[in-house]
Amino acid sequence: MKIHKFIFLFLILFSFNSLNASEDELKKNITKNLRCLVCQGQSVYDSDSEFAVSLKLVVENKIQQGLTEDQIYKFLTDKYGDWILYDPKFNKNTYLLWFLPLLILFLGGAIIAKKLIKFKK
Amino acid sequence: MIYSTIGYYSLIFGLVVSLPIFFFSIKNFKNEGIFDSKIIGFSFIQLLLVITSFLGLIISFIISDFSNETVYNNSHTTKPLFYKISGTWGNHEGSLLLWLLVLTLFIFIFLLRSKKLLKNYRILTVLFQQIIIIGFFIFLIDSSNPFNHIFPTPTEGLGLNPILQDPALAIHPPMLYLGYVGSSIIFSSVLAATSLNYISKLWATHIKQWVLISWLFLTLGILLGSIWAYYELGWGGFWFWDPVENVSLMPWLALTTLLHCVLVLEKRSTLKSWVIILSITTFTLSMCGTFLVRSGILNSVHTFANDPERGLFILSFLFVLIFVSLFVFFVFHKSEKEEVISFTLFSKETSILINNWLMMYFLSVVLIGTVYPIFLDVISSEQISVGPPFYHKLIIPFLIPFLIFMALGPQLKWIKSSSLEGKKYLAFLLIISFVISFVIVKNFGNNLLINTILIGSALYLFFITVRDFFREKTQNFSQNLAHFGFSLLILSILFNNIFSSEVITNLKVGETFKNEKFKIEFNDLKKFEEKNFLSFKGYFLIEDNNSKEKLEPELRVYNQPNIITSEADIKITFLSDKFITMNTVQNEEYFNIRYQVKPFMLWIWVSVLLISLGGSISFFKRKSL
Amino acid sequence: MKKRIISFLIIVTFIFTFVIFYKGLNKSSFYKPKSEIKEIPKFLSKSFFSKEEIESQKLFDENKFYLFNIWASWCVPCRDEHPILVALSKNKNLNLIGLNYKDKITNAEKFLNELGNPYKEILIDQDGTRAIEWGAFGVPETFIIYNNKIVKKFIGPLNENSIKEIEQIIQ
Repeated sequence: MKIHKFIFLFLILFSFNSLNASEDELKKNITKNLRCLVCQGQSVYDSDSEFAVSLKLVVENKIQQGLTEDQIYKFLTDKYGDWILYDPKFNKNTYLLWFLPLLILFLGGAIIAKKLIKFKK
Repeated sequence: MIYSTIGYYSLIFGLVVSLPIFFFSIKNFKNEGIFDSKIIGFSFIQLLLVITSFLGLIISFIISDFSNETVYNNSHTTKPLFYKISGTWGNHEGSLLLWLLVLTLFIFIFLLRSKKLLKNYRILTVLFQQIIIIGFFIFLIDSSNPFNHIFPTPTEGLGLNPILQDPALAIHPPMLYLGYVGSSIIFSSVLAATSLNYISKLWATHIKQWVLISWLFLTLGILLGSIWAYYELGWGGFWFWDPVENVSLMPWLALTTLLHCVLVLEKRSTLKSWVIILSITTFTLSMCGTFLVRSGILNSVHTFANDPERGLFILSFLFVLIFVSLFVFFVFHKSEKEEVISFTLFSKETSILINNWLMMYFLSVVLIGTVYPIFLDVISSEQISVGPPFYHKLIIPFLIPFLIFMALGPQLKWIKSSSLEGKKYLAFLLIISFVISFVIVKNFGNNLLINTILIGSALYLFFITVRDFFREKTQNFSQNLAHFGFSLLILSILFNNIFSSEVITNLKVGETFKNEKFKIEFNDLKKFEEKNFLSFKGYFLIEDNNSKEKLEPELRVYNQPNIITSEADIKITFLSDKFITMNTVQNEEYFNIRYQVKPFMLWIWVSVLLISLGGSISFFKRKSL
Repeated sequence: MKKRIISFLIIVTFIFTFVIFYKGLNKSSFYKPKSEIKEIPKFLSKSFFSKEEIESQKLFDENKFYLFNIWASWCVPCRDEHPILVALSKNKNLNLIGLNYKDKITNAEKFLNELGNPYKEILIDQDGTRAIEWGAFGVPETFIIYNNKIVKKFIGPLNENSIKEIEQIIQ
């Protein structure tokens, strides 16, 4: 029962990454995910700083050149590092980041389940 | 000048008073007699001294006494009186003085309200709280003195940031502190109760009031912060998973979980370990949050001056407290027979336990997301950002079971529910919720699967709580109100997300923007001279299918300090907000206009108020035993 | 026994966290982007003087050292570093190429007339997109180029130390 629950949950997690069709939506999604480097905690989408304005143009150009979302992210992280992305990529630096909460969830669930089963007996 | 001097010496004397408090407490603990009223007396004196010190600072601000360094850095003669006063706690030193005030006030109220409880318990609580109080006294006097003297006295102050002059922002810190710092009492009393093996049903009833107060203020404090962010910062959002926001959310999650555990403890004498651990965790998170925000270790929007030296003190103090609490827990807490679960799978306790488990998971997501970049940077010098997508991906899927258990839990009985009452009706409501949700998402939204299930679950909770308002069987009105408020909150946020629309365009005066949804006319731009800024007001007429609306966003050019702010104009209605901001563009003739329609914003605020109302009703309920 | 293990683990976790936070305090929270690019970007822009479109590849000869400097007339630190650029332009081993960032041509011309023109060629970047191709995010930024590769990057205005470094590199 528990395994089914987890599989179901993972499926839901993955259905999250559906891309949107129109170019405007794409630009909006990308720039919302980019961190403005010269601001204190704002996305490029929300910021009006010079850097953000230019970056929005660059993203628009790249979309028109036909690059995909991931390619645009690669282009920018090559120039600015992973810090510019708000959605942490899934690489060797971030395995723990993504897995630790799920691990805690699993451990907590196991402890509770064990105690409940113990009582049943 | 004299007020600062009085303020300073009050602080010193306040610290000195801990000596008699310690002396008489320890003496009273050892002897057999009744509670020594001198302890209350000295606690009161300590409180009075802190109040005096705080008043000394406030008055220094009001009279613009720039010989006081804090006043010089954070105030200005032309500031309106209200903001001069609120400037007192809007800076690092003053806010720490506010911490001290709440710490001493709450322990005094605790002593007054616990007269019927065990003498040694009261004494130990005072002692643990004194450790915290002394730590803050030392921190203040040594490295964050609000009464530093500067000579020669400047004629004018530096502190006139207009973004900070806002009513919501003025009340937001005191509210938050009543919440955060209020949890110090929970911390101290839990340690005291654990040491004396005093944790019981009776004790739970007593501590519940403190948990409710702390939780209530923290909820309202967070609400005020979000409201301010929405109205002032101009991006139309109210939560950004910024470290500073996360730092207030974490104790809130711990506190909410604690509240539910205390309720179970009160009814069923179980989950004791949870109560102890959560009480320690809540205050630890508050202190940890203070550390993260004030030490400069994180990059975020907050405006407190950052100082690594202060950070080191808070860090060390925090870990001293953690070790003390771990020591007390492991040495004194006896895992008794009551720790064994005495309820079945199909009971109210189980659903509370499951939702507590989920809330602890949410807490760990926020905690890990906030501090992971620090760990990564120190260990491997790699810098990454953790932003909204991370939190959304990990939290949203689990909101679904969370909402459903919240709906079903109150329907179950304590210990054992042989069968679910009205099973058919509950299943029927579930199906209806999902059908309605499906229809809405199909027609208006995207991400069909996840949104349908999410909205469906929230609707389910909504219908169940509404139904329960009308049922005679429902005994717990405050709980129902709070859960109803939560369902409304989730629904408002989801609908806001789905139905929001936005237009960003560059216009100059006289131009009009048009698309299928709206028409935006930029009719006029007028210049006004105000007391300390130059105002440029744009006059816009917005037309959509239903209505015409006049909106007037503003650009303010301040000269002291030299900044430009953009003031949004927001038309609030029952169903949605119309939100417009205007910003300059490189080419001076054009302005960047951002127009958003944000449905259900008002309901987001109202739902949090309803949740708080539920909590406060519970607080004022007297048990007619 | 189990309690002992758990308490030991918890204490170790907290000590570890304490050490990390302590070390984290001393690190700056300002972000200096770590650029991975070594190859110079290819881009198109207008020449300042001739107003013609130039392809970037044509500017950078393989066997020479180039100094690529992003500047603007409205940027105060650029004023401060300009004399250094003028001095460097006298070095025969180094060719200076400027990128005028988000500027008004008349203001840029005034700037150069006032402080001197050290650049062999200046490119225009009205909208800031070319600077982004270089991984820059503000002004001024300077790149030392050899063999179509970026050898060194300076963020912020050049100073005495930078001159020494540059002179060492171009030997």
